[in-house]
Amino acid sequence: MKRIYVHEEYCIGCRLCEIHCLVQHSRSKKILKAFKEEFPRAVSRVLVEEHGYLSFALQCRHCEEAPCLEACITGAMYRDKRTDAVLCNEKKCVGCWMCIMVCPFGVIKRDLESNKVASKCDLCLGEEMPVCVQNCPNEALTFEERTET
Amino acid sequence: MAYALYPSEFRIERDQDRCIACQVCVRQCANDGHIYDSEDDFVSSDESRCVGCHRCGTLCPTGAITIRENPMHFKTNANWTARALRDIYKQAETGGVLLTGMGCDRSYPIYFDRILLNASQVTNPSIDPLREPMELRTFLGSKPDRIELDPSGKGIRLSTNLAPQLVLETPILFSAMSYGSISYNACWALARAAKVEGTFYNTGEGGLHRDFYPYGENTIVQVASGRFGVHADYLDVAAAIEIKIGQGAKPGIGGHLPGEKVSEQISQTRMIPVGTDALSPAPHHDIYSIEDLRQLIFALKEATRYSKPVGVKIAAVHNVAPIASGIVRAGADMVAIDGLRGGTGAAPITIRDNVGIPIELAIAAVDSRLREEGIRHRASIIAAGGFRNSADVTKAIALGADAVYIGTAALVAMGCHLCQKCYTGKCNWGIATQDPYLTKRLNPKIAERRLGNLLRGWSLEIKEMLGGMGINAIESLRGNREHLRGVGLTEAELKILGIKSAGEAW
Amino acid sequence: MSEFYEKDISGCGIIAIMNEKGMGISGERVMSAIVSMRERTNGLGGGFAAYGIYPEYRDCYAFHIMFDTPQAKDEAEGFLKTRCLMQEEEAIPTRPNRYITNPPLLWRYFLRPKDQYINGTSEADFMVSLVMHINAEVVGGFVASSGKNMGVFKGVGYPEDIGDFFRLDEYKGYIWTAHGRFPTNSQGWWGGAHPFSLLDWTVVHNGEISSYGINKRYLEHFGYRCTLFTDTEVMAYLFDLLIRKHGLPLELAAKVLSAPFWDEIGRMEGSQRDFFTSLRIIYGSALVNGPFAVVVGHASGMVALNDRIKLRPLVAARDGDMLYIASEDSAIREICPHPQKVWTPKAGEPVVGTLKPPIQEEHRKWEGRSQPPQQWFGHPYR
Repeated sequence: MKRIYVHEEYCIGCRLCEIHCLVQHSRSKKILKAFKEEFPRAVSRVLVEEHGYLSFALQCRHCEEAPCLEACITGAMYRDKRTDAVLCNEKKCVGCWMCIMVCPFGVIKRDLESNKVASKCDLCLGEEMPVCVQNCPNEALTFEERTET
Repeated sequence: MAYALYPSEFRIERDQDRCIACQVCVRQCANDGHIYDSEDDFVSSDESRCVGCHRCGTLCPTGAITIRENPMHFKTNANWTARALRDIYKQAETGGVLLTGMGCDRSYPIYFDRILLNASQVTNPSIDPLREPMELRTFLGSKPDRIELDPSGKGIRLSTNLAPQLVLETPILFSAMSYGSISYNACWALARAAKVEGTFYNTGEGGLHRDFYPYGENTIVQVASGRFGVHADYLDVAAAIEIKIGQGAKPGIGGHLPGEKVSEQISQTRMIPVGTDALSPAPHHDIYSIEDLRQLIFALKEATRYSKPVGVKIAAVHNVAPIASGIVRAGADMVAIDGLRGGTGAAPITIRDNVGIPIELAIAAVDSRLREEGIRHRASIIAAGGFRNSADVTKAIALGADAVYIGTAALVAMGCHLCQKCYTGKCNWGIATQDPYLTKRLNPKIAERRLGNLLRGWSLEIKEMLGGMGINAIESLRGNREHLRGVGLTEAELKILGIKSAGEAW
Repeated sequence: MSEFYEKDISGCGIIAIMNEKGMGISGERVMSAIVSMRERTNGLGGGFAAYGIYPEYRDCYAFHIMFDTPQAKDEAEGFLKTRCLMQEEEAIPTRPNRYITNPPLLWRYFLRPKDQYINGTSEADFMVSLVMHINAEVVGGFVASSGKNMGVFKGVGYPEDIGDFFRLDEYKGYIWTAHGRFPTNSQGWWGGAHPFSLLDWTVVHNGEISSYGINKRYLEHFGYRCTLFTDTEVMAYLFDLLIRKHGLPLELAAKVLSAPFWDEIGRMEGSQRDFFTSLRIIYGSALVNGPFAVVVGHASGMVALNDRIKLRPLVAARDGDMLYIASEDSAIREICPHPQKVWTPKAGEPVVGTLKPPIQEEHRKWEGRSQPPQQWFGHPYR
């Protein structure tokens, strides 16, 4: 199953991944409208962590054994059969934030402005490649399948 | 610090309708040219810091930024140009030697743009490189002018072995750019691309980082006047050695790596203290005359047991022809000539822009002189200094060069925008810097790919041009000036280049 | 010597015939072959080389010289007489032919060098220097051939008319080469026709040399001055250089001029691959690029060669002791309707005819051996 892998030695901390993730998950999917005309603004599901000159983009790892799946009280968190990705059905989410508390990576966010639901990476389902990977100017993110060795 | 008393060179134009205050520009400018105001959620710019490297404009996701030359004009003055004025203002403020990076940017004539190539038609079929073999393989090194066959008559053999040769699959090599002037990632990309494409790169005078020893077979190591990083392993691992007497960007003075760029790794590779300026002496202090050069050439040959070619690199100056002749007679296997437009990481502006001669004239003069003296076969000529495309390379080979070094073109392929601020160590593209925040910006895998693409693209173009001339082996173009014609050149220029004027037939 | 330049362009026709036992062939045979290729020429140049035509003067160098003016003739004769013993001098016999107009003065001289002038160089180099001098310094004079017991007859006109003009039906030679030109200049120059000759080398060439610029500069390194304003000149000098001066066997000289491709060299085994790599490295500037079909004659035989991708036609045939080489099969069949063997040589593969027994020339190292090598690197000797 293809997953997003990060190469921190090439991340330049520009945060273009965050910008494009936001646009992808906005209503209009157009950058100017998403930033200037949509209120509340959409939320990016990826965050660039920085320490000194080290930085890298972090998003949901779509874990094989996902704590958030176990913790979800409504069953809003589910695993997509085709890609094995862990997705959130926002209609079912009640905003209890248990998933956020159990996520070992801290990659789930509260979407406070709009529906008060949990918001996380969905691998841009429907696109050939997640937009963060597509738009990284330094190829610090790759979308690939790695077999266990 | 006193207020700068002159307008900035560039103007940053931000289209507020497009700016989404995403702060990519703020994060990416190493010169702090953009500032984010969190209170107003607004990005503004400080023109005085802009160097015109285009990092912000290229990465802006909405294309909101344009960099223009500052339209605030000085009163028109053909003699006291804006540039002349700015240089004086800067010097008055600092009192030092004005430095710059990259190659001469003045409008001296570019002879490549006044030389045209030939094509065969009707009487001689052109050759299609996509369907027929087209050979670019080049050998650099000393060659005999005739073959010595084994006189015993039993079969055909050579009686003496050839001097060591470098084998190139394309007549283009990567020029000398030191580790120090450029980043580790840039060196890595050059080494790997050279290996994959079957050519060579040059370490420049910065020594060779141990991590690059596996690429030794594609490495030409330089022995420059500062002798940085020169030790036994360095010479042994290389495919060839080059004694650097001068470079085109700054003939007559030595290399210069400002202390800002001397990090821990650089310090170890060059064998100098961290943070000190690495100033190479102007001459080699053991080469004050041609016989001293001969001594060093042979010392290096002895040290490497005559197993690899030893070349000499000089800048193209007025007497380049007799100097080259002397170098060949001193025993060099290759002579690299770096013309007026050669690049550098740091050089005084006055020297970069006023010293030396264009490479086109230099190649022609050296090739003619060596042939007149009957010694052309004893060394290969490598030309350097501002080759911008494959046509320049083809013309240089037709004028007489065996191969061509590209420096600036390779850096541009990796992302350089020629802002000429390499000496500050703040290269926004991660190439001419040692700052770890900035060196990450050059992904060596991407850079390697781009360099490989450049070499392959140019090689294909050269093949197309060769085929057009009815030639299928590069040795039939080398020195074949019949395939060149000049446009808009004076009699003297045509004579020195050794070519006819366009319109003249055979 | 006339001052305009003529580039040798395509569309020429070549024929060469040899009797390997040295028996004489009448000039009529070669003329009837070349007339069949009339369409390949435009009447602005034709010529013949013949070997074995002066048996009574076989030890003299036979200089065929063309003069534009009587002054040129006097000057050249004066020059030659001081340096050589002139055994005989006479006008080359001709008969009027209505298509051959305005011929220059055509004379032949049978010469032996005077010893006191030779001075350290070889006799052959000395004779070459005389030729170079007349061609470069005597205005209006041009040496068409300078070998022993052979001669070149050429001029402006269709080859069959030139042959008729020079009464070639009256000569018998064991090698004949002939050529018809298609130059694109409107005026022809008698000296510009093929064959080109130096000593006993003659070259007839169909093609255009793209590498001329560098071949010429390379030859200058060895003292050859290219003065004849045509690219075929370098072919003649390259053969002289490689075989006479550098001592390469003929087949190796062919591999220098029509060098094998790197792909082919890469497929050879170890020592052979290294050898051919070195050969190309050393003789890169002698590689002749551009289309060509060339026949080179010399006292002991002839060799035909194509460029490395065979862009010009060349057909060869053997019948008994006879070897035929021509641009077209039909030209051979015109004089030999059913040869025992006919083939088209491959690119870069020489066709060699050898006189048996060969003439002992002091300046040919490999002819010092009793037989040229029969086989080398597994390539059989044709």
